Amino acid sequence: MMARYRIRRDSCCIACMRCVKECSFGAISEKEGKDLVFHHDKCVDCQRCVSLCPQGALYITEEENRFRHNSVFRKDDLKEILLQAETGGVLLSSMGASGKNVPIYFDKMLLNASQVTNPSIDPLREPMETATFLGERPSTVERDENGKLRDNLPPHLELSTPIMFSAMSYGAISLNVHKALSIAAEELHTYWNTGEGGLHESLYRYKDNTIVQVASGRFGVHQRYLNTAAAIEIKIGQGAKPGIGGHLTGAKIVGDVSRTRMVPEGLDAISPAPHHDIYSIEDLAQLVMSIKEVTEYKKPVIVKVAAVHNIAPIASGIARSGADIISIDGYRGGTGAAPKRIRDNVGLPIELAIASVDQRLREEKIRDRISIIASGGIRNSADVVKAIALGADAVSIGTAALCALGCHICASCHSGKCAWGIATQDESLRKRLDPEKGAERLVNLVQAWTQEIKEFMGGMGINSIEALRGNRLALRGVDLNQKELKILGIGYAGE
Amino acid sequence: MKKEGEIRISSGCAISGIFCKDGRRITGEAIKKSIAVMHSRSNGLGGGFAGYGIYPQYKDYYALHIFYDSQKDREEAERFLEKRFDIINLSKIPVRQNSKISEAPLIWRYFITPLPHLIQDSQLDEDEYTSRAMIRINDTISGAYVVSCGKDMGVFKAVGYPEDVADFYRIEEYEGYSWTAHGRYPTNTPGWWAGSHPFSLLDLSVVHNGEISSYDANRRAVEMYGYSCNLLTDTEVITYILDYLTRKQGLTLKECSEVIASPFWSTIATKNEDERKRLSYLRKMFSSFLITGPFSILVGFHGGMMALNDRLKLRSLVAAEKGNTTYFSSEEAAIRVVEPNVERIWAPRGGEAVIVTLSKEVG
Repeated sequence: MMARYRIRRDSCCIACMRCVKECSFGAISEKEGKDLVFHHDKCVDCQRCVSLCPQGALYITEEENRFRHNSVFRKDDLKEILLQAETGGVLLSSMGASGKNVPIYFDKMLLNASQVTNPSIDPLREPMETATFLGERPSTVERDENGKLRDNLPPHLELSTPIMFSAMSYGAISLNVHKALSIAAEELHTYWNTGEGGLHESLYRYKDNTIVQVASGRFGVHQRYLNTAAAIEIKIGQGAKPGIGGHLTGAKIVGDVSRTRMVPEGLDAISPAPHHDIYSIEDLAQLVMSIKEVTEYKKPVIVKVAAVHNIAPIASGIARSGADIISIDGYRGGTGAAPKRIRDNVGLPIELAIASVDQRLREEKIRDRISIIASGGIRNSADVVKAIALGADAVSIGTAALCALGCHICASCHSGKCAWGIATQDESLRKRLDPEKGAERLVNLVQAWTQEIKEFMGGMGINSIEALRGNRLALRGVDLNQKELKILGIGYAGE
Repeated sequence: MKKEGEIRISSGCAISGIFCKDGRRITGEAIKKSIAVMHSRSNGLGGGFAGYGIYPQYKDYYALHIFYDSQKDREEAERFLEKRFDIINLSKIPVRQNSKISEAPLIWRYFITPLPHLIQDSQLDEDEYTSRAMIRINDTISGAYVVSCGKDMGVFKAVGYPEDVADFYRIEEYEGYSWTAHGRYPTNTPGWWAGSHPFSLLDLSVVHNGEISSYDANRRAVEMYGYSCNLLTDTEVITYILDYLTRKQGLTLKECSEVIASPFWSTIATKNEDERKRLSYLRKMFSSFLITGPFSILVGFHGGMMALNDRLKLRSLVAAEKGNTTYFSSEEAAIRVVEPNVERIWAPRGGEAVIVTLSKEVG
């Protein structure tokens, strides 16, 4: 096995062996209790040893050995061929796509600000509203016999900030991560999402801030589960692996994971690629209605899809299926495990997907009827503001939330050995993540982003988030061609 | 260079309004005097007036004021109108030559009523039928601009200082119970006749001082409901939102004010339960129509006038009363110049609509 990284240390190392304990990948071992031995080929560059080295003596570098240069078959191509020739397997990876030639459109859009003709607003002095409501809206108002407006709005999700946490399943990630997410969601007045692995009973108390997911495997789905939530999400697909199901190995189906998923211990949990009761849009409408029946029309239903080429008509179909909210996950969305080829070659960047869906729903006059959540590679508050200006109601963050908990995006979630105690069920590793401290970091992150969002809004003279939604004059493109500008529905900078 | 209408231009402004609650008709002299005081709030690139109750002899007919770039555009628009409406009367709008007003388009006035059998076939009410036709003219005949199309009202606007515009249109010869005026300070040259204010649809007319930061969100929302914003001005989008909310959703103007200048959530939280529910409902239901950024507007409508500021009151707006007359203006001086002895004068709070209506129907 060839190494990708090299573990290095400098002379400050005191051979305290902390790194040996921290490395869950077996890349560092000790020699006779006195010195360290590095197994570079096992290092995944998760930075755990570097972060916890008391002397600051460790660092990781790229493997310096290089293959003979070839402009077509590059280093990674060759490595992957060698690996597949050896194993005969599908390449697995995790986290978001790494397609280097797919532009990150967020970085090619610039935001506006007020000068002279209208005032910018200081969010520290004036109210700046980020409260976001997600759900269906009827097409007309109704009045009672006295002419008083009747509240004919179906139930809505109420967020204090347009940021929620993406679906990540118990099993793929540890219970402590779910705990941290649920505590943080409650404190932030937003929502976290169980993913497809069910909801651990100890977290039922967070039900007002929980979105439960119904995916193709129907793991952990029962009537009480559906009613222990603020909303129910039907997961059709995810950005990291559109068209592909899931596979949680039996090794992770242990103890409470098995109980919560309602899958026998040690048995692989396979999520089929499609829902086998949804082979067409009319089937989706039936599932939406079944879920509404079982929850007595008290909870909004979200339909989550991966951004694919015909996302606009798909979204339009979903909007007419009785769903209240569409969640669209873009090309760069993360995952606990996906075939690498699929992850890097299927789907659309979220920016283009949001722009085309928002525009299409407007052309069909149904944009106001339904809400849109965008996800897949949201890295910071500027991405949030740009996604909303393109037409999203809110965003959800997965990778960024995990990074707040310690993740360094080593993309080894599928190994089950996560040294940060995030994507693992290993008892000793799980303990590394303190859910209360993790929640505090999540709260910090979202509050910091929210403050930055307010600064952006204030600069543009916008004092409520809904006035930013779909406000594409707030955006201008750089380094984009005519076609890209047209799909994004924005002008070029300086235009 | 892109002209206005092809690109969105921001502008500062002066607005003024006079409303006679008793339905007494006054000439345009007073409103001209009022807006002229605020000469320095405009830059000569746009001024205009809206008068209500000015066509009593034709009050049951839609009064169209239309600008044409050429005779060809006029012929095309008239062919379009003839197919759909009975034209009761048509004429050029009389103007007085004024050295400060130049490059005037052809300015025509029509009194029309929809052809009854077409109304029936269309299954629309009279107002919807007429508004669709007017939006179509603006949309499809490139050199024709419907300036106003309400009953017993009309809009008079041009590129120039408002007092010169008043002189050009001989505004002192009209008598109405309600007047609004606008002086414009756009940040572009040349000014554009159709881009001046008031902006109007059916009997709604809006004069506006401000630059709304929610423009594109509002525009893209209202365009879903059959409107097309060709002028790329704030006033146009505000007018269409008000038309949609009042005529198609059946909201009162007060409710409209609670949508477009909605109270902050923190304010809503302090209200009693009924009011809290009502205001939250309006905000959630019509969130795409919240208008942010500075604005002060005067909305003229059949039998009334509404004055409204953005919720932070980022533009000046003063109201005053004397007897049966209510005054609104960007500056107090513009009220005092026409009524030095006002009985009450106040600055309406941000987001607080002041709505005045006729005490009895005139006619």
